[in-house]
Amino acid sequence: MTTLTPPTAGRSGDRSGGSGQDGPTSGAGTPGGRPRAVARALVSRVGLLGGLLLLLLGAGLASAAVGQFPIPPSEVLGSVLHRLGLDLGPLPTHPQAENSLWNVRFPRVVMTAVVGAALATAGALMQGVFGNPLAEPSVVGVSAGAAVAAAAVIVFSLDFLGPWTIAACAFAGGLVTTLLVYVMARDNGRTEVVTLVLTGIAINAVANAGLAFLLFLADTSSREEIVFWTLGSFNGSRWAEVQVALPIAAVGVGLSLLLARQLDLLALGDRAARHVGVDVERLRLVCIGLVALLTAVGVAFCGVIAFVGLVVPHLIRLVAGPGHRLLVPASALAGAALLVLADLWARTAITSADLPIGMLTSLIGGPFFFWLLRRARRTAGGWA
Amino acid sequence: MSGRLEARGLGVRIDGARILDGVDLDVAPGELVALVGPNGAGKSTLLAALAGDLEPTEGTVTLDGRGLRAYRARELARVRGVLLQQQRLAFGFRAREVVAMGRAPWHGTDAEDRDAEVVAAATSRTDVAHLVDRLFPTLSGGEQARVSFARVLAQEPRLLLLDEPTAALDLQHQEGVLAVARAEAADGAAVVVVLHDLSLAAAYADRVCVLADGRVRAVGTPREVLRADLLGDVYRHPVDVVEHGGHLVVIPVRSPRASPRTSTVTESEEDPCPAV
Repeated sequence: MTTLTPPTAGRSGDRSGGSGQDGPTSGAGTPGGRPRAVARALVSRVGLLGGLLLLLLGAGLASAAVGQFPIPPSEVLGSVLHRLGLDLGPLPTHPQAENSLWNVRFPRVVMTAVVGAALATAGALMQGVFGNPLAEPSVVGVSAGAAVAAAAVIVFSLDFLGPWTIAACAFAGGLVTTLLVYVMARDNGRTEVVTLVLTGIAINAVANAGLAFLLFLADTSSREEIVFWTLGSFNGSRWAEVQVALPIAAVGVGLSLLLARQLDLLALGDRAARHVGVDVERLRLVCIGLVALLTAVGVAFCGVIAFVGLVVPHLIRLVAGPGHRLLVPASALAGAALLVLADLWARTAITSADLPIGMLTSLIGGPFFFWLLRRARRTAGGWA
Repeated sequence: MSGRLEARGLGVRIDGARILDGVDLDVAPGELVALVGPNGAGKSTLLAALAGDLEPTEGTVTLDGRGLRAYRARELARVRGVLLQQQRLAFGFRAREVVAMGRAPWHGTDAEDRDAEVVAAATSRTDVAHLVDRLFPTLSGGEQARVSFARVLAQEPRLLLLDEPTAALDLQHQEGVLAVARAEAADGAAVVVVLHDLSLAAAYADRVCVLADGRVRAVGTPREVLRADLLGDVYRHPVDVVEHGGHLVVIPVRSPRASPRTSTVTESEEDPCPAV
């Protein structure tokens, strides 16, 4: 074995489809091995997504079963199945159970799952666009930007778009901050960790000043509303809010899935991505819009819930690799499941208290972010 | 799509500094053109302009008679492949996945059916078949360069633009990569390679284009262009051009004092930790 395969031999083999003299070896190696490898990849893909879906359903069931009075999971399931027209399983026995499940617990569980999926997808997208696993809407200040806009809606009692007003303003705030981060943190086609984190500090500082000003302006009741809402909580989620959040999140996650293949190519860097046919500028603008949209869904209805978009895609990458075609859907499902479980914990950790979930995610996400940052410094060659 | 590239009167200014000035260059299908010249001569800038990455301040670049700007990104990617000097990858993809990224322009076309076959051929031609399951960021610089070259080949471009493809490579793989580039040209592709090693340029190029201070100083066959007087002037260092085995070899003239003593060299080659 002296040099590379002689070019002419490689070419002719490639043209004749392996029927030449090297036919036996390549014929024995590939047709048996490749379909099996493809099948294995497909199984692991379906397995991961299926497993996460089961986890999400299980978490939802558990979360709906726990509350002021417990409802056995079998009865929760029975209630859902009866609503779907299937006469299966036991109906809840507690007189208030049906009412509690369908008016309080289910909207909250669904809202939590929707926001979890949206935030995790936003994180995965943002990391793809910046080519940097530390990019996350709350870290770089997008959540805070959306929060300022949403707080303004509360303080000034704006209502020009009905129930969509807060969501629309949060989206506008998120979009402006995402664009700002993009313009300020990118230099020469790449985003360095230090620049990104420092940009996040600057933007968070300005956004917090805006929030402080709004708090100063607000009357006592709006002030209380804003304070609780910046802590992040799913308390009091209603179907009316789910009806706004669910379609937005579904469109956002769906579009992200369509972009997955191109996001993979973006990992090559702007120039090389363009060389393999990606319209980099357009892709990036679409992604920025989606990140703002998905972040706004969470911020508008549940306040700032940080680090979901950082932790979830990172864990999925550890398990399934960085390919976005699996990363995006798996992050959405895992984000939904994780946030439903976190919400369950927030409701039950202290008896008769509903802890703000944003506090819990930051409690876990903060140290995690620090750990990632330390690791980033060690492997500085990649993206420091 | 044949891959005929024509640059006319190319000028590039960056922050007022003239990087390229009045560059004319034609590259025909089936030919390998080497771009050589000292540091800062504008080689990479010219390659970027030829690739469509950089909008020239003056002049035009056409591919098969159409301006580069008239191509959509994906359409252009089916015709021209580019290997950059520096390889970057933001996430830990496997080498196999990186090579397969070269197939992206063909996604959704009939050519997609050949993906596996083309990727396998590209990895074996660049001698990276044994690396395909490794994570790209854990590969050495030379291995990354070869995997990236495999990605460019997997793209099946009719025009190949290679920016110093041999810089990080050992002797064996330098020859290997240029042999593959040569074979691509023999197969009808137009190939432009930025090279620092003039002897490599002499051995593999049909034509050599010498750039100096943003202008084309000379262009022609290696024998026409690689002359001691011209190179000595362009590189501001005297060179000898000798003939060896049918190819030209360019050797910088060295003063005797600059060379290490021969005995030390042979010793240190035997012993990785020579006694001081």
